[in-house]
Amino acid sequence: MSTFNLPDVGEGLTEAEIVGWKVKPGDTVVVNQVFVEIETAKSLVELPSPYAGVVKELHAAEGETLAVGSPLFSVDEVGSRPAPMANVPEVADIAEADTPVASEEPGPLVGSGPKADAVKRRARTNRPAPTRPAKAPGVQGSAPAIPAALADTISRRAAELGHASTRLTAAAKPAVAAFVDRVLAKPPVRKVAKELGVDLAQVTGTGGQGEITRDDVFSYKAQREAERDAAPMFWSAKGQEVDGRVVRTPVRGIRKATAKAMVESAFTAPHVSIFVDVDASRTMEYVARLKKSRDFEGIKVSPLLVLAKAVIWAAARNPSVNASWVETENGAEIQVKHFMNLGIAAATPRGLLVPNIKEAQDLSMRELAIALNDLAETARAGKTSPADMTGGTLTVTNIGVLGIDTGTPIINPGEVAIVAFGTIRQKPWVVDGQVVPRWITTLGGSFDHRVVDGDLSARFMADVASIMQEPALLLD
Amino acid sequence: MTNTVHEPSEQALIQLLTPEGERRSHAEYDSYIQDIDAEMLRGFYRDMALTRRFDQEATALQRQGQLALWVPLRGQEAAQIGSGRATRPNDYIFPTYREHGVALTRNVDFPQMLRIFRGISNGGWDPRENNFHMYTMVLAAQMPHATGYAMGVQRDQAGWDAERLEKDGTAVVAYFGDGSSTEGEVHESMVFAASFNSPVVFFCQNNQWAISVPFHVQSKVPLAERAAGYGFPGIRVDGNDVLAVLAVTRWALERARRGEGPVLIEAVTYRMSAHTTADDPTKYRMSADEEAWLERDPLLRLEKHLKDNQLADEVFFKQVAVDGDEMATRVREEALAFPDPSLAQSFANVYAEAHPLIQEELKWHLEYEAGFADTTEEGATR
Repeated sequence: MSTFNLPDVGEGLTEAEIVGWKVKPGDTVVVNQVFVEIETAKSLVELPSPYAGVVKELHAAEGETLAVGSPLFSVDEVGSRPAPMANVPEVADIAEADTPVASEEPGPLVGSGPKADAVKRRARTNRPAPTRPAKAPGVQGSAPAIPAALADTISRRAAELGHASTRLTAAAKPAVAAFVDRVLAKPPVRKVAKELGVDLAQVTGTGGQGEITRDDVFSYKAQREAERDAAPMFWSAKGQEVDGRVVRTPVRGIRKATAKAMVESAFTAPHVSIFVDVDASRTMEYVARLKKSRDFEGIKVSPLLVLAKAVIWAAARNPSVNASWVETENGAEIQVKHFMNLGIAAATPRGLLVPNIKEAQDLSMRELAIALNDLAETARAGKTSPADMTGGTLTVTNIGVLGIDTGTPIINPGEVAIVAFGTIRQKPWVVDGQVVPRWITTLGGSFDHRVVDGDLSARFMADVASIMQEPALLLD
Repeated sequence: MTNTVHEPSEQALIQLLTPEGERRSHAEYDSYIQDIDAEMLRGFYRDMALTRRFDQEATALQRQGQLALWVPLRGQEAAQIGSGRATRPNDYIFPTYREHGVALTRNVDFPQMLRIFRGISNGGWDPRENNFHMYTMVLAAQMPHATGYAMGVQRDQAGWDAERLEKDGTAVVAYFGDGSSTEGEVHESMVFAASFNSPVVFFCQNNQWAISVPFHVQSKVPLAERAAGYGFPGIRVDGNDVLAVLAVTRWALERARRGEGPVLIEAVTYRMSAHTTADDPTKYRMSADEEAWLERDPLLRLEKHLKDNQLADEVFFKQVAVDGDEMATRVREEALAFPDPSLAQSFANVYAEAHPLIQEELKWHLEYEAGFADTTEEGATR
């Protein structure tokens, strides 16, 4: 039986985590067949088997972290047991005569720790003259004894498997999946994040290609720390006066404005909320295509861009969602706006802000992407001006970035519709009677029922959903 | 000129085979490949396919702990085979550590290329045997070596007439990448080569990524344009087109041999794999980027050309695959059987000629080693 120890697959790595076994005891493996996937500090790596034979034992469980040099799996090699072919005497001879042949083959070069005989003390004699060795050189260094014909078959099979697995990986990992799954960050930044214990998935990247920079990691860390440091001191001891255990913060500024707006909206506009699940796979593909397009180089593109465009498109087909309810001296009026100032709800260090993109109906996809980027950056930097926040006609709130599926948004005062964009994740979805993984999101919408009736809100949401499902409709 | 920085015009890139495998004629470079017949084309395909299969096997060996590191070349086969096959035996080649395809064209046997990566040799082959220098691990260190060698060649060939230069002259090829293009040595080498009009061809495989740094960070202009600053021609060639690379390199080598000085060739290609086995490109580049280059795979292009023009049949492609597997098995066997280097060999590498002190130390060492009960012959002790 041969045991394969975890090698150092990078340069100077000390450990790796078992991500997933591709074989189980009893399985037959061939040379170069991928048998396990491991993750090191540097990369996710598939390990090909150095042995052909039957898997005897897996020495670690999935999720376990192993030190380099620890046993990984053991295989009963075909070369060390009688071959299934009757007329191959050499194999049988070797197997019977010298069972440990397999264990004498050169062990892994790296990652197996010091060789046993390197630390073994060697007996000295006083004979000064060198003697001829009994064994011919090279015997110990010879390759596993597999007859040429068998080795040939094995290697061809391995090559087939190799090709097959390449194809499989390529098919199972379309560009979209990679785009959504992956956080882009260079290895030094990942190292910093790991050292600081920062989950890169939570950090917003500001780099040229949307990648997370070192500064992003540090600022995220600083923000989280400030929040977390305060947590242990939060509960105050019993026995003090009640006043001492309550912190009073006067409601001012943005908090006050938000509160006023929400009360005004919630208690004057009767809200009706509807939801729709959408297969956004094509949106994801479209976004991935935009990202690699030269026109969008250096511009951050996200599914929010497609949603924004979809909302503008759907509003033109259902104009009463882009309107206001206005009380005048001569009674109430519905004012339908033939322009779109698209509000985007943004969580900022100062609190919730809803700046809007003026005349969004005139913007091309690229201009809209730039406008969204500018809006987010300005908001994050705390530089949103009051003018940026007035005159909105319809709002989008991107709750998906927080990992939330959906919610009932409250309409921005002065408007009659708001769209909540939930997180996009892979879910089982039925396509042509088959359950397949697709990128699914939930769109939520709240409408002022004084202006927008149920059927109209439904039509509007269905239109938005249709674009998310097939962005090509935008070309119509 | 409205050329943007990252997208030079189509005509600036020499291409003789389109990604669809169609032969495109070119007024200037067709004459450099007139001798290429079906058999030679099949030979190029075979070279490229074997190199790729070897690369796979070496990667597997690294993953199995049998190599300390491996440097994959997938995607760059055409750039390497095309340029390597353009050289003559008396030309001298200075490779980086990724030139496995070039090494093949210089008759270095595949298993030998693994010795340095297995950590049992500082080289792996005798560079003088095939005029193919050792792999250089230090980035761009081979560049001054190449220019220096070319300057030496000029002195050896002083007084040769044009006919002799054309027939027996030596040219030097310095391989480097877009990453090393930023190193100071490249600049110095080019300045010296230009000043002395030395017979050196600077062959850059621009594979778009210097580990994780994309090309547009390395240079604001196509690398070939830098040659103008040194005062010699720079040419951009489709590095995934084996015919174009062959033609352009032949042109540059002939020019160098005639004494007309250096040329910078920028072979535009793509590193389809990781930088090394210690690297994970999914951390810094989009798979869409990788997929876009799949269509430009150099092997696929030549395969299409061979099939569409009935220059090779299914039997040929199957045979190449079988030969590749056989070669891979042999590579594995030989690599695992490499003897560990003995300490005694190190004494031979100190001075060119025998040195009394070293000889004395070697004698002492051999006596000491012989004093153990389990002594076996040098080199076989593990």
